[in-house]
Amino acid sequence: MVIKTLLVSLVVIGVVAFIAQQIDPSNAFAQWRNPGARALTADQFKGLVISGLSQGVLYGLIALGYSMVYGVLGFINFAHGEVFMVSVYTGYIASHKFAANGMWESNFLLCLVIVLVLATTVATATAILMERIAYRPLRNSPRLIPLITSIGVSFFLQNAVLGFFGPSTRSYPQLPEWLSKQYSIITFEISGTKLMVLAVTMVSMAGLWYLVERTKTGKAMRAVAEDKEIASLMGINVNRIIVTTFGVGGAMAGVAGIMFGLLFRAVHPMTGFLPGIKAFTAAVVGGIGNLGGAMTGGIALGSAESIAPMMILEPLGVPGVTQLKDAVAFTVLVMVLLFKPSGLFGEQLSSEDRP
Amino acid sequence: MTEIKMAPAAKVLDQDWRNIFRWGAICAITLVFISLVGMPAKLDLRLIINPTLSLGYVSLFWIPVMFGFVASTHIALEGMEVSRPGMRDVLTGLFTGLTGSFGLVLLILGMNNFDITDPLVNWGPPLLDLLTTGRGIGTGILGWMAASAFLGMAGASLHVLTPLLRRIVSSAILGMISIAILEDAIDDLSEGFRLEWLVDLIYAKRGGLTNKSAIIVAIVMAAVSVLAQGKVKKAKANFFALEGPARKKWSVVLFAGTAAVVIILPMFAGGYVNSLLANVGIFLLLALGLNIVVGLAGILDLGYVAFFAVGGYSTAVLTSPQSPWFAPEIGFVPALLVSVVLAGIAGLAIGAPVIRMRGDYLAIVTLGFGEIIRLLFMSDFLKPYFGGAQGIVNVPGVELGFLTISGTDPKGVFYLVLAFSALAIYISWRLQASRLGRSWMAIREDEQVAEAMGINTVNSKLMAFVVGAVLASFAGSIMVARVGSVFPNSFMILVSIIILVVVIVGGMGSIPGVIVGSFVLIGVLGGPRQPGLLQEFGQLKLLIYGALLVFMMLKRPEGLVPSARRSQELHQDEFLQDAWFKGDDEADGSDEQTASAEGEGASV
Amino acid sequence: MSHLLEIKDLQVTFGGLNALSGLNFHIDEGEIVSVIGPNGAGKTTFFNTISGLVEPTSGDILFEDESIRGLDPNQVTALGIARTFQNVRLFPNMTIMENVMVAQHCRTSQNVIGALFQTKAFKKEEEEIRENAKEILSFFGSRLVGYRLDQPAFVLSYANRRRLEIARAMATRPRLMLLDEPVAGMNPKETAELTELIGQLRSEWGFTIVMIEHDMRVVRDVSDRVVVLDHGVPIAQGSYDEVSINPDVVEAYLGRPVENKS
Repeated sequence: MVIKTLLVSLVVIGVVAFIAQQIDPSNAFAQWRNPGARALTADQFKGLVISGLSQGVLYGLIALGYSMVYGVLGFINFAHGEVFMVSVYTGYIASHKFAANGMWESNFLLCLVIVLVLATTVATATAILMERIAYRPLRNSPRLIPLITSIGVSFFLQNAVLGFFGPSTRSYPQLPEWLSKQYSIITFEISGTKLMVLAVTMVSMAGLWYLVERTKTGKAMRAVAEDKEIASLMGINVNRIIVTTFGVGGAMAGVAGIMFGLLFRAVHPMTGFLPGIKAFTAAVVGGIGNLGGAMTGGIALGSAESIAPMMILEPLGVPGVTQLKDAVAFTVLVMVLLFKPSGLFGEQLSSEDRP
Repeated sequence: MTEIKMAPAAKVLDQDWRNIFRWGAICAITLVFISLVGMPAKLDLRLIINPTLSLGYVSLFWIPVMFGFVASTHIALEGMEVSRPGMRDVLTGLFTGLTGSFGLVLLILGMNNFDITDPLVNWGPPLLDLLTTGRGIGTGILGWMAASAFLGMAGASLHVLTPLLRRIVSSAILGMISIAILEDAIDDLSEGFRLEWLVDLIYAKRGGLTNKSAIIVAIVMAAVSVLAQGKVKKAKANFFALEGPARKKWSVVLFAGTAAVVIILPMFAGGYVNSLLANVGIFLLLALGLNIVVGLAGILDLGYVAFFAVGGYSTAVLTSPQSPWFAPEIGFVPALLVSVVLAGIAGLAIGAPVIRMRGDYLAIVTLGFGEIIRLLFMSDFLKPYFGGAQGIVNVPGVELGFLTISGTDPKGVFYLVLAFSALAIYISWRLQASRLGRSWMAIREDEQVAEAMGINTVNSKLMAFVVGAVLASFAGSIMVARVGSVFPNSFMILVSIIILVVVIVGGMGSIPGVIVGSFVLIGVLGGPRQPGLLQEFGQLKLLIYGALLVFMMLKRPEGLVPSARRSQELHQDEFLQDAWFKGDDEADGSDEQTASAEGEGASV
Repeated sequence: MSHLLEIKDLQVTFGGLNALSGLNFHIDEGEIVSVIGPNGAGKTTFFNTISGLVEPTSGDILFEDESIRGLDPNQVTALGIARTFQNVRLFPNMTIMENVMVAQHCRTSQNVIGALFQTKAFKKEEEEIRENAKEILSFFGSRLVGYRLDQPAFVLSYANRRRLEIARAMATRPRLMLLDEPVAGMNPKETAELTELIGQLRSEWGFTIVMIEHDMRVVRDVSDRVVVLDHGVPIAQGSYDEVSINPDVVEAYLGRPVENKS
């Protein structure tokens, strides 16, 4: 209770102070905690929104994997962030090979497609292997056992990649100019990369939606999520559906991985940890098990993470706010689970998990 | 045990080829994985037998042995005929090992012809040299094929050996490797006991056993195990058969003996053993605390490191003159008391909001809290108070009035850690057998029923959090006093996970298990930043921790030294199945089934 | 005269579905009351509501003239209402002894300090808990005592698990005991034995008992009064003989006669 009140009042004060500062930086209330208050310009604000959005959709893509697995098996696949990391690494390796023989510059789009397909394949394979080796034998154990196992898997993958590729941060090759250029769309200045991230995400979401809502496999998935036993009695191959679920979740993380690579152009073995946790947060924010919710949650979290430091913490006079970006994400996680554990759009859990 | 029918050994060449290729392929992949992840190269620096064998090769050799063993295992099922292990199984092992060797063969050929060192840092001449022992490609390939086939065969023949022989072989090899691994510790101890001559005798100058001494050690170990065979078990059985005062007497004797060894041994040990044991002790404290939270109360707290941080930071702030904001410079003892109180409060503060959550959500939220606390300590926001990323330095040692223990005095630190570990063991032991401990176990088993049986689950779980937090704060305080400084990066999530591995490998809910787990894992492999006996592992120990966590969950969820109860729980299905095999009369009440013959129920 | 337990207009709704509606009845000290009814009649919901696992939508529950509506399950148990579960829910990995010991939680008070310093009070209380547990277990005769006490509860046979669950409920020292299908799945011999035990629970231990049961012989043999529920509504009350010939009850169990259907 105390924590709730405290957090809410902090947020409210922060926002009010931010509004005060936007109206007039010399306003007494704006000056109260932050003497150096300056109003954000509209462009700065739009920039924050855009970067929040482009990161948010990535969280959303990864969150889909958490959400789908949770919906079907009812456990948190902690190692899902590592699937994403594996994809970023695959993208790095492939793009470097292309960059070495000049194809990356001369024929960028083709390379990108190949890289995307490759990374998605590797990520899917990783997710499926994970399920086969580590999770399938534990299908009927208490909920915490597979969770602990997935922590182990995550740890293992991080350090295996560290062993294979070394601890140094690797960077993606230079992107072509038309991608790094700024474009102006309805007064929003947005870089080509971010535009592409948004476009690719929309396409993958549409594909996923089609798969889940319009195909037989999708119907089977929903049936398995509802009740595994009954589904198998109806002639659905539950194992295959679970593998498919992991695979599709992995593929989404794979796409997110390449987009992440293009956006930040750097990768190291711990790349998967923070986006993984944040994507889980996004899944919870949207209501775990709920696919549309996962994407919305991702966008909400990405925006909160990019805007909240400037909008709440800075007016409160906290120095070095950008360092606290990750802390904001974790605070959102804690707050959502405290206030509304079923998420903004409600959980869609399998019958076994319903209280 | 029910009898399992033994058919005569099957025909030698009547092999299950699919099985062989399957395990062989897994073996090959594992070998390549281990090579490329950098294990042989890193561990090659550590010699087991000088100059014949390094730990790097051992890290490869055990793979075919294991898969040879696994591939030739027959699953004995009730009512099915099982062929007697024989030559056929040995050949199965040989073929499995041979198949496995092709992984390394391909790797050697690949490294010889392609250069992909760019992404794969371990690919290239050094590994190639290591694998071919510098004798050229052909020798390397043939050598590995022969070696792997032989090792696979050796693994398989473990089935064939008589129990006595198996015992001799395994204790000779394991004993020799243990002695080699313990080299630094033995070296360090020998100085105290004036036994340097012995160390010079068995260990080569540049590390590792000498060829001769390796053979002698192996023989001695085998002899000891043969002589001791059955005696330990018998003694144990005798002890447990004792009752009343006799048992109590022997318990006291055993306890006094252990205590005497633990107290006296470090006096003869040098800095190396003492600091190693101090590391083990600090993690033992943490693991005992987490054991209460996870093992007894069944709450998966992944942000446990936060309490470690609270203990460490409060001690640093209270004792260090360099504390940037508030530096009362009080002594260690009052600082410790304050840290304990603060950690308890932190336990309540973190526990209270999360305690009603579902188990898996709770795990992630506590992880979030743990990270938030570290990020806050790290940020510029709290820099004026806690020094940001630079932390707080110049933390003085422990002053107890009559004696002062500085962080650089390993013996003193060891005794400090020992005292606190003993205290923590006592606390865990007493609480486990109390009203509170029982309520924790009930909550772990079935929270709803526990509540319906009159247990205030929220209070009980909060108490688990608080007790866990207090034990962690002990560890934090001691660690800070020992290192003399505190940095936010000592409190990464990694630490929480390593403690979790220690608890799970040792055995959840089992105090002896947690002790064994800390010794084996922290002592041999080391903590997140603290080196163990095999410091050559470096970052790779984390890989092993991850693999161990998965392996334990899949194969032995009750841990190495399970609490008697837990072991049965997790194999409940098997247990019940066994009971069923044995006939209901042993597992069930004997008269139930006679009654069940009487007729159908009369329900409406 | 006041009743031990009084149910007033109790209504429980799950998302528009009335699990219980307008339940009104009372239980007096020393009674054995059976609640019967076809599957889905709301019997277990009724128990869950009394023991605090389910919050009633409206109405009230008075225990010794005080409302227990909205209390947590542990508070209800502390007031003196204990229960067993339809699908036996023991603490399977705690020993038989511990299962009974842990149920005395709300009747004991020693905390961390006592355990750590092994105070006299702590030792005395532990001893008492142990003695109580033994006494309760010995109530079941040779069934539960002896070498089995330090074995985990899951090794017990089905019938013994049911017995242990009753023992665990007894250990909370209740005044009112709610037994949810105590003889379900037992064979006739065990059923007869347990029927007798239920009688002894009242005569020797002084518990008031409410039980859900499908086995009509048990209901007939032990209960003073029978309450019949159907679709969350009480359709009949009275002695077994009265209830068993009540046309509404017959209809609830067997359905309407054919001619009414068309």
